[in-house]
Amino acid sequence: MWATIEQIFPYAIAFTIPLLITALGALFSERSGVVNIGLDGLMIVGSFIGALVVSQLQEAFPDPGVPKVVLLLIGLAAAAIASALFSLLHAFASINLSANQIISGTAINMIAGALTIFLARNMTGSGNIRVKNGFATFDVPILSKIPVIGELFFTRTYLTTWIVLGILIFSIILLYKTPFGLRLRSCGEHPHAAEAAGIRVQSMRYVGVMISGAFSGLGGAIILLTYSGEFTGNVAGLGFLALASLIFGQWKPIGILLATLFFGFATTVANVSQVIPSLAVFPPVLLKIFPYVVTLIALVIFSKSSNAPKAVGEPFDSGKR
Amino acid sequence: MKNGIKSLIAVALGLMAGALLMLFTGHNPIEGYMYLLQGALKNPERIGNMLATATPLILTGLSVAFAFRTGLFNIGAAGQMLFGGFCATAIGLSLDLPRPLLLTVMVVAGFIGGALWAFIPGLLKARYNVHEVVSTIMMNWVAYWTIYYVVPGYFKGASLETESRQLPPEAMLHQQWLTDLFQGSYLNLGFFIAVLAVIIVAFIINKTTLGYELKAVGFNRHSAEYAGIAVKRSIVMSMLISGGLAGLAGVAQYTGNASSIQIGVLPTQGFDGIAVALLGINAPLGVFLSALFFGLLYSGRGFMNAMTEIPPEIADTIIAIIIYFAATSILIERLYQKMKSRRAANKKREE
Repeated sequence: MWATIEQIFPYAIAFTIPLLITALGALFSERSGVVNIGLDGLMIVGSFIGALVVSQLQEAFPDPGVPKVVLLLIGLAAAAIASALFSLLHAFASINLSANQIISGTAINMIAGALTIFLARNMTGSGNIRVKNGFATFDVPILSKIPVIGELFFTRTYLTTWIVLGILIFSIILLYKTPFGLRLRSCGEHPHAAEAAGIRVQSMRYVGVMISGAFSGLGGAIILLTYSGEFTGNVAGLGFLALASLIFGQWKPIGILLATLFFGFATTVANVSQVIPSLAVFPPVLLKIFPYVVTLIALVIFSKSSNAPKAVGEPFDSGKR
Repeated sequence: MKNGIKSLIAVALGLMAGALLMLFTGHNPIEGYMYLLQGALKNPERIGNMLATATPLILTGLSVAFAFRTGLFNIGAAGQMLFGGFCATAIGLSLDLPRPLLLTVMVVAGFIGGALWAFIPGLLKARYNVHEVVSTIMMNWVAYWTIYYVVPGYFKGASLETESRQLPPEAMLHQQWLTDLFQGSYLNLGFFIAVLAVIIVAFIINKTTLGYELKAVGFNRHSAEYAGIAVKRSIVMSMLISGGLAGLAGVAQYTGNASSIQIGVLPTQGFDGIAVALLGINAPLGVFLSALFFGLLYSGRGFMNAMTEIPPEIADTIIAIIIYFAATSILIERLYQKMKSRRAANKKREE
């Protein structure tokens, strides 16, 4: 049993991290008052730009003199910027035009899914873009020698895991310990009071949506550069799973961390169940649908005491009080 | 400004954006659109195929539009369609009945399967106020994995692992006279089911008490409750009918257009249904027309791709851009209002 846990742990973490960063981005958007159902599309854009930039860079700098990690980090940054820009489409529609945010988000998903494949096909013919090398796993020095914990948390880790955890801590501080965080959250709870206090609600919402875009882009690019290695025009619906994690985690950073860890482990267990004897006793279909059914049950349990931002999804109209 | 006109403007803008995109990627847009039209309409066979492609879109579009009228966003049409189609296929593969009876049972089973899949989100919404967008997405994945394991387990195909056994010809919606009329097209009875559904849904929405109540809940849940309408029952009812319509789309797709059910894919028609409903302004006739338009884009793109090397995904891109323009149609309306008031001001000055 212990050996099993040790085996699947790194895979589960690798699966959790892109989900975590995407859901964390959505937290900023929803806390500022804008529902972002376009996470999936924004992840696809990140995956596409990441693949494009990294594959081009790896071709341009094949000599080992240029450290590989630098190229990958440039790819991550490009993906985050591109998705942040792409999310402006959603911000414009839902903030300036008071459009239905769910429809606008759906349009984002559709445009991203179709447009990236269209462009990729024009470039490669097959519509897939391969990246030669992604991030390599490494053991954290010293810490990996700690018994039990070292084996689980500090061996075979990706650099991106530590980056995302850093962003998580930074986000918690930003949201709960700074004036900026308070302002952003007030726009999602009571935008009219926020406005009366001199906060520019629309600008804050733009910031929220763009952070969500940037983080989703990172999420998509991390999938590409850690475990997938190829842009294929979709992210297997992980954007929707990230949205579910946000709600499951009750719009709180630590809740989101736990929810995404749950999805990461549940999915990994389902994926490897056939090769691990102690898990093979369960019918695979039950393991596969387990995370989704649990989410539905959790939604029912949380329904009485939902911590959703009060004004989320409502267009802000300054004149309407 | 009328909503229908907004949709037409969104279509025009979407087609223009598509043309720019073709130009931008080094293709000739006029040639592209010409082959696209030819691919969909060149001969009776292609017209038949275009109608067949539009059939599941009409039904998923109706499904999404129907729920929307009650203020519900059914994003789970894909899962409902898959499960409904699976129920119909399972019946077609296991029961041995006279053809008219068998087809009827299959269609009913498809409707019930889809309705059942939408019943759970409907109930969760009505009883626990769980947002239907999240619950229907979860149900999509439950359907995906259920089909993924049940089809190979019980209805395994002879050669392929990834799809069910072929349906026997008498358990399919094909009709020889239709195939002959459209010179070999795969157009089938599913199209007539879709047309019938459009008429019935239009009747329910516009002419019945049920439709009135559902719309009232969609306009304002609280005032509907105050007026004595059973809001919770309306929500469940609306989801049941919406899911059933998506289930019928599955019947049309898997036992009409195709002859077996595939595993490992959520049908794209489920998500396209959202686009169809939106462009068709959630009205049955509008849904019918916009589904035909999308069917045209989807069935013509293969021919266009063969003749010009424009990637077939241009059709999906155009549809997506149209939806964005439809979602932001308020921008067009604002421009229109501005122009109108300026014209009025000019007129005044002239006087």
